[in-house]
Amino acid sequence: MSSLTPLLLTPFLGALLVLAVPGNYRVILRALALLTGALTAFQAIALFAGFQGGSAELQFVQQVEWIPSVGLSYHVGVDGLNIGLVLMAALVSFAAICAAWEIERQVKLFYFLLLVMTGGALGAFISLDLFFLYFFNELALVPTFLMLGLWGRGEQKTYATFQITLYLTLGALVALTGLIALYVMSGVNSLDVLVLKAALAEKPLSAQAQTLIFPLLLLGFGTLVGLWPFHSWAAPGYAAAPTSTAMMHAGVLKKVGLYALIRVAWPFMPVGVAEWMPALALLCLGNILYCGWVAMRQRDLALLLGNSSLAHMGFCFLGLASVTVLGITGVVVIMVAHGLLAALSFALNGYLFNRCGTTDMDKLGGLLRQMPFIGTAIIMAFMAGCGLPGFANFPGELSVMFGAWKALPWFVVAAAWGGLIIGGVYMLRAIRSVVHGPAKAEFNHVSDANYWRRLPFLVLLAALLWFGIQPDSLVSRIQPSVVEIVKAAAPAPPVPAAPAAVAAAH
Amino acid sequence: MNYSLLTLEILVTLLGLGVLLAGLWVPAGARKLIGYGAATLVGVILTYAIGGASPADGTAFGGMFVVDAMSNFFKGFFLLAAVVVLLLSLDYADTLVGYAEYCALTLFALVGMLFAASANDFILLFVALELITITFYILVSFQRNRIASIEAGVKYLILGAVASGFMVFGTALIFGSANTTNFFEIAAKQAELTKSPLFLTGLLLTIVGLGFKIAAFPFQMWAPDVYQGAPSPTVAFLATGSKAAGFVLLLRIAFGVVPDLTAQWSRLFLGFGIVTILYGSLCAIPQRSVKRIMGYSSIANAGYLLLGIAAASLNGSAAVMTYLGGYIFTVLAAFAAISVVVAHTDSDDISAFAGLGQRSAWLATALTVGMVSLAGIPPLAGFFAKFYLLRAVAEHVMIDKAFLVALLVACVGVVISLYYYFGILRAAFFPRHAPDLAPIAVSSTAKLAIILAVAGTVYLGIEPEPMVKVAQQAAAGLKTLPEAPQTAAK
Repeated sequence: MSSLTPLLLTPFLGALLVLAVPGNYRVILRALALLTGALTAFQAIALFAGFQGGSAELQFVQQVEWIPSVGLSYHVGVDGLNIGLVLMAALVSFAAICAAWEIERQVKLFYFLLLVMTGGALGAFISLDLFFLYFFNELALVPTFLMLGLWGRGEQKTYATFQITLYLTLGALVALTGLIALYVMSGVNSLDVLVLKAALAEKPLSAQAQTLIFPLLLLGFGTLVGLWPFHSWAAPGYAAAPTSTAMMHAGVLKKVGLYALIRVAWPFMPVGVAEWMPALALLCLGNILYCGWVAMRQRDLALLLGNSSLAHMGFCFLGLASVTVLGITGVVVIMVAHGLLAALSFALNGYLFNRCGTTDMDKLGGLLRQMPFIGTAIIMAFMAGCGLPGFANFPGELSVMFGAWKALPWFVVAAAWGGLIIGGVYMLRAIRSVVHGPAKAEFNHVSDANYWRRLPFLVLLAALLWFGIQPDSLVSRIQPSVVEIVKAAAPAPPVPAAPAAVAAAH
Repeated sequence: MNYSLLTLEILVTLLGLGVLLAGLWVPAGARKLIGYGAATLVGVILTYAIGGASPADGTAFGGMFVVDAMSNFFKGFFLLAAVVVLLLSLDYADTLVGYAEYCALTLFALVGMLFAASANDFILLFVALELITITFYILVSFQRNRIASIEAGVKYLILGAVASGFMVFGTALIFGSANTTNFFEIAAKQAELTKSPLFLTGLLLTIVGLGFKIAAFPFQMWAPDVYQGAPSPTVAFLATGSKAAGFVLLLRIAFGVVPDLTAQWSRLFLGFGIVTILYGSLCAIPQRSVKRIMGYSSIANAGYLLLGIAAASLNGSAAVMTYLGGYIFTVLAAFAAISVVVAHTDSDDISAFAGLGQRSAWLATALTVGMVSLAGIPPLAGFFAKFYLLRAVAEHVMIDKAFLVALLVACVGVVISLYYYFGILRAAFFPRHAPDLAPIAVSSTAKLAIILAVAGTVYLGIEPEPMVKVAQQAAAGLKTLPEAPQTAAK
């Protein structure tokens, strides 16, 4: 048995154990959830450390037949594309469980849902059978809706819950239509990535089929990521979500859509990629510029973070549109980095909401004196958000821009402008109005995080800094797999990888 | 003649007669015993039916009655639905006047369904459907003290009679042109028959009659009213058994009698399917009555199933059967909750479900499982069923672009359906203001019904392989089905 299966089973078993504990034993419930999260995280770290970089081979593979008459099987494995994501998902889950101390009602159900969400997210990343990818992704989305509805905040919560439910389901279903079309038209009666890869290498999909399936996958999975103009669910949804849910969704689940695109749409449909590249480049500017602009106008920290997270997704789409090794490697790095960063930002936002009762930036101010630790964490997180070197986002965004320069120079100019200038403006403004400025009397009583509550922030910050200072630990694992993807996605010989550019990112 | 082929039908008929007689002797205070007895004995027959004791394939009554993989597949589900319905009806034992007759009629409807599953002749088809429909006229209007129930019964009677008229006329035309009503004999000469306009008209009229049974657009208008007015256990049976009986006959005619014609008519079924999905989904949005929503949901689901028939392939009909299997458990789970809540609060408005999450964990679980599975969300039966069905539809996309439209409409339908299914769940779990949060007591029989339905829904979602295999065998048994899609009609 591969060590991926225990990793996947841990959160689900934890969830079952949580169910077995009576609801009023809150300490035991919390301890059990934390233990499960910690176990999952340790397994993921061990997996990441044990992963052999420098090869595009799938590792820790395991396959079990499930519905042979329809050609579906439980098939898991990791390569460069998902190993970093698995680590990120496990770390963020642990942090999200830590951050769940704010929940006061129906604690048992909350931890149960959170653990199911963790299991679903991990399952979606490690599944090599696309049916299971979809299955686990949906399995993780159901708790999202329930948590929003039951523990959400603000007056708009019911509306936000419905909006996010309908949007994400529509996106998922459109993507499912694309997957089913792929399943049927490939003629192999299987949704296994390896089987599809082998079959399509022999006999690629017809150009007609590719132009049919590619947009279904792009727009379907794109909606899950918040591709402009299908993004409007994201910011209000995150603003209404309880802290842990926002961390898990913005950090982890959102990346499933991107991961599926890199895993399926790009390598299997080169004609579709070539056709849709210009349109995708335009749409990603919608994310980078429009959502950045919207973020600039926000006075509510949660809405600002939601829109800024959409702007970051724009960089991912830009990297995908470039179809270069450097660009797509950058995308995977951003996915890991942004997962950690988004979780950190929403955790901080949730902490402020709980302590100060608001996330309205006009009402906040001068908090650095009151809470030196949280204030420092906010400054670091927001600086990472505008791409400060030293944090993991920087190498990712830089590689994307270098990778995209050759094919899409003007888009890179616009993206750099949007990402660096607009991002700088709203992040610095947010820092100014939240942690700097005169101290306000009504926040005299608020307290800084105690040692125990610092844990989630420290874990996420440490990971961000580690990958920011040592991006090679990620890049060396990612790149071989990306080379394979680009080889399949770009009919012309791929642009040779430029290690110098990656080195420059250090 | 080999009477062992009819074991199930004979046993259930005897049981129905026994129940009718028992109603005369059992004192009024102990009438629940009748319900317990009937449910237990149907359960025994069910275990007998699936316990490998089912007779070998064969025909009886001069080829009118056939036992094959498909009939066995459906008979199991019919018996199961009857067990759950009888268990649920026990909550109504004190309010229904003539409870023994209610049980007996439910059993006679069950006999009709069992015969429908085995019908191999247009005459038996008609007789079986009439047995189902006539018993349902009474079952629907059984709450004689409620005006809504009587109204529902009258509507069902009038529209059902019209449908029967279509079917008789269709059968007459088919007999007139084919000189036989036996499915096998017609299938043998379908090549020449399908050139005859008389035969085609007759077939079309028969399909219209079946369209009423399955509540497909434009023959759906009875469904919401009847679902709302009829007693809840009756609705549960109507939504599962009666609908599945319509589909088993449609499958048999479409793929057993005139498979070539079905391939040519795939656009017709597709069109009906698309419109039915949209009609059911859109009309459900403004509804406030949960039973009415289930009526529209049942229409929408008929639309999805029609897409599977339009696919006209082995996978298509196997998908229809798989879908129905999952659908029966799912709807029973939903109705187990609805039935208890309606019996308790005497209202089927969404507000009657407000705060159900705090009022009863049993009912909340059953309702959630039912709604989530109907919405097609993993890991429940409804998800795999939809996946398999859409897959069968997708096989045609490259041949006929209309199937792409159908796929997208199906997706839109699912998203719309989320809105109203989750609207019910929202009321149950996040009520704006719940006037009454007192716990609802759930009887042990209702608990048993919930366990059966929920366990089935979860099991078929996690381990669909056995059912898919059986469904594929059953579909393969239906003669001359093409493995891969054929060229569709232009």
